[in-house]
Amino acid sequence: MTVEKFDAIVVGAGMSGNAAAYTMASRGLKVLQLERGEYPGSKNVQGAILYANMLETIIPDFRDDAPLERHLVEQRFWVMDDTSHTGMHYRSDDFNEPAPNRYTIIRAQFDKWFSRKVRAAGAIVLCETTATELALDGDGKVIGVHTDREGGIIHAEAVVLAEGVNGLLGTRAGFRKLPKPEAVALAVKEMHFLPEEVIAERFGLSGNQGCVIEAAGTISRGMAGLGFLYTNKESISLGIGCLVSDFAATMERPYALLEAFKGHPSIRPLLAGSEIKEYAAHLIPEGGFKAIPQLFGNGWVVVGDAAQLNNAVHREGSNLAMTSGRIAGEAIAMVKSRGRPMTSENLSLYKAMLDKSFVVKDLRKYKDMPALIHTNSRNFFMTYPQLLSQAAQNFVRVDGTPKIEKERATTAAFVKARSRWGLVSDAVRLALAWR
Amino acid sequence: MTTSLVRIEDKLYQNRYLVDAGRPHIKVRQHQSPSSNLLALTLVCPANCYEVNEDGQVEITADGCMECGTCRVLCEESGDIDWSYPRGGFGVLFKFG
Ligand SMILES: Cc1cc2nc3c(=O)[nH]c(=O)nc-3n(C[C@H](O)[C@H](O)[C@H](O)COP(=O)(O)OP(=O)(O)OC[C@H]3O[C@@H](n4cnc5c(N)ncnc54)[C@H](O)[C@@H]3O)c2cc1C
Ligand code: SF4
Repeated sequence: MTVEKFDAIVVGAGMSGNAAAYTMASRGLKVLQLERGEYPGSKNVQGAILYANMLETIIPDFRDDAPLERHLVEQRFWVMDDTSHTGMHYRSDDFNEPAPNRYTIIRAQFDKWFSRKVRAAGAIVLCETTATELALDGDGKVIGVHTDREGGIIHAEAVVLAEGVNGLLGTRAGFRKLPKPEAVALAVKEMHFLPEEVIAERFGLSGNQGCVIEAAGTISRGMAGLGFLYTNKESISLGIGCLVSDFAATMERPYALLEAFKGHPSIRPLLAGSEIKEYAAHLIPEGGFKAIPQLFGNGWVVVGDAAQLNNAVHREGSNLAMTSGRIAGEAIAMVKSRGRPMTSENLSLYKAMLDKSFVVKDLRKYKDMPALIHTNSRNFFMTYPQLLSQAAQNFVRVDGTPKIEKERATTAAFVKARSRWGLVSDAVRLALAWR
Repeated sequence: MTTSLVRIEDKLYQNRYLVDAGRPHIKVRQHQSPSSNLLALTLVCPANCYEVNEDGQVEITADGCMECGTCRVLCEESGDIDWSYPRGGFGVLFKFG
């Protein structure tokens, strides 16, 4: 009897897994994809902003039938204290282009669509199946996976670990460590439903135009964290995330933080009258370049969030996931087409290709940012936002105080809070980490 | 305290779950007194799955778990908890995500 053997098994049907499975199946490889959820997307949480370019590389005509919510024409960055926000808004008619650059999406729906494309490309997709362990031969080469279904090992030449930030298989096999609490953020999120025209009116949008807000400040109570508010067609996604290490140290309740964010005087009117239909929680990789684990081995590669490929500074993750999945798929297809075995040496092609892409280049650029944010969270997320708010109020409030005195008061407040040396050193360290 | 507990249950009520009755996917190991991370979970778990019992030990009821992994990141390495995913098809089912 011969055992059925796949060219590749992809564990996970999220962004990275779908990109990998699609890429390999459309190149004629025999692909099996395993997903533990009832359907692809039923376990997945995202803001969610989709970056068109990286999907276009994989599925050029995705705009024809992908479930896209709104294309973004406006981005707001808010620094918040308890009663105010200071904002930088960027809105441009240039984003009303024929092939827009960024869209909001709803992951459960988007992943279902992506999975249909994967099936159409020829992959077998098995849902409601949790892979429980990698199967290794005597030499430590991965030869397949064990699942919670009956029937023993499913065999494959190569396994693509697209199992997300909290993946079990790679850590259980010792291929990478569980992320450290300071290398992951816990985000909690709600879906608020409102009529389409109410959203359009509140944010000054027409047609499918969309607006997103990224917010930092006292909303995270001194923890390293960010809030977000994204407009979908008939709903608003709203959430807040902070480093797990900070949650453990402060013992803040995540949903209490979310409640306070929703109740903030700058956010509350944007949500007024909404109906909440879901509450979700998920981790986000935040460790950056220095947290990237070993990416390939004998018979396996790891992609997406499982490999910490997430750009926390720009809040990009799904595009890095898709791109790493695509590149892994291309590399495996190349090894296969050359008739070579899926050894560690041959699969190193994946890393070589990934190193040349924006994925690793961007993460390398910000390699010192996670440590800086982690060790200075109180200054960056509490003290500076408060000072900025004071300064802004000082600037706009007209109360008969001579302007020169107002400016002196603002400067004095900064120096008092952080000292001259503290201010200079924070600025220098931030500039270096940004460089 | 009570108000926030009520609130989280209301939140979870909106979610869909398929609970694998009698097969919890997370277990707390026996302990005399909880470690600080284990104790933190009673506040930090976003689904409020962890509670301190009358004897001061931390217990888990994983029915409302959203499988985020926060408790795993904080308490797996120390051996405080055993963490697995639910069997395929079970657990939380996000409609939107
Ligand atoms: C709140 C939040 C907001 C975000 N906002 C944005 C944003 O606006 N833009 C952006 O680009 N990125 C954003 N991200 C990041 C983005 O969601 C991730 O980077 C992306 O989803 C990673 O894709 P992935 O395929 O690596 O992992 P996932 O999408 O998590 O997929 C992993 C899949 O593997 C499955 N799986 C895991 N283990 C097993 C197993 N053992 N057996 C079978 N199946 C398994 C899971 O069920 C899941 O379907 C956000 C993340 C969060 C949490
Ligand atoms: S995985 Fe997340 S939701 Fe589930 S028990 Fe752990 S911390 Fe709570």
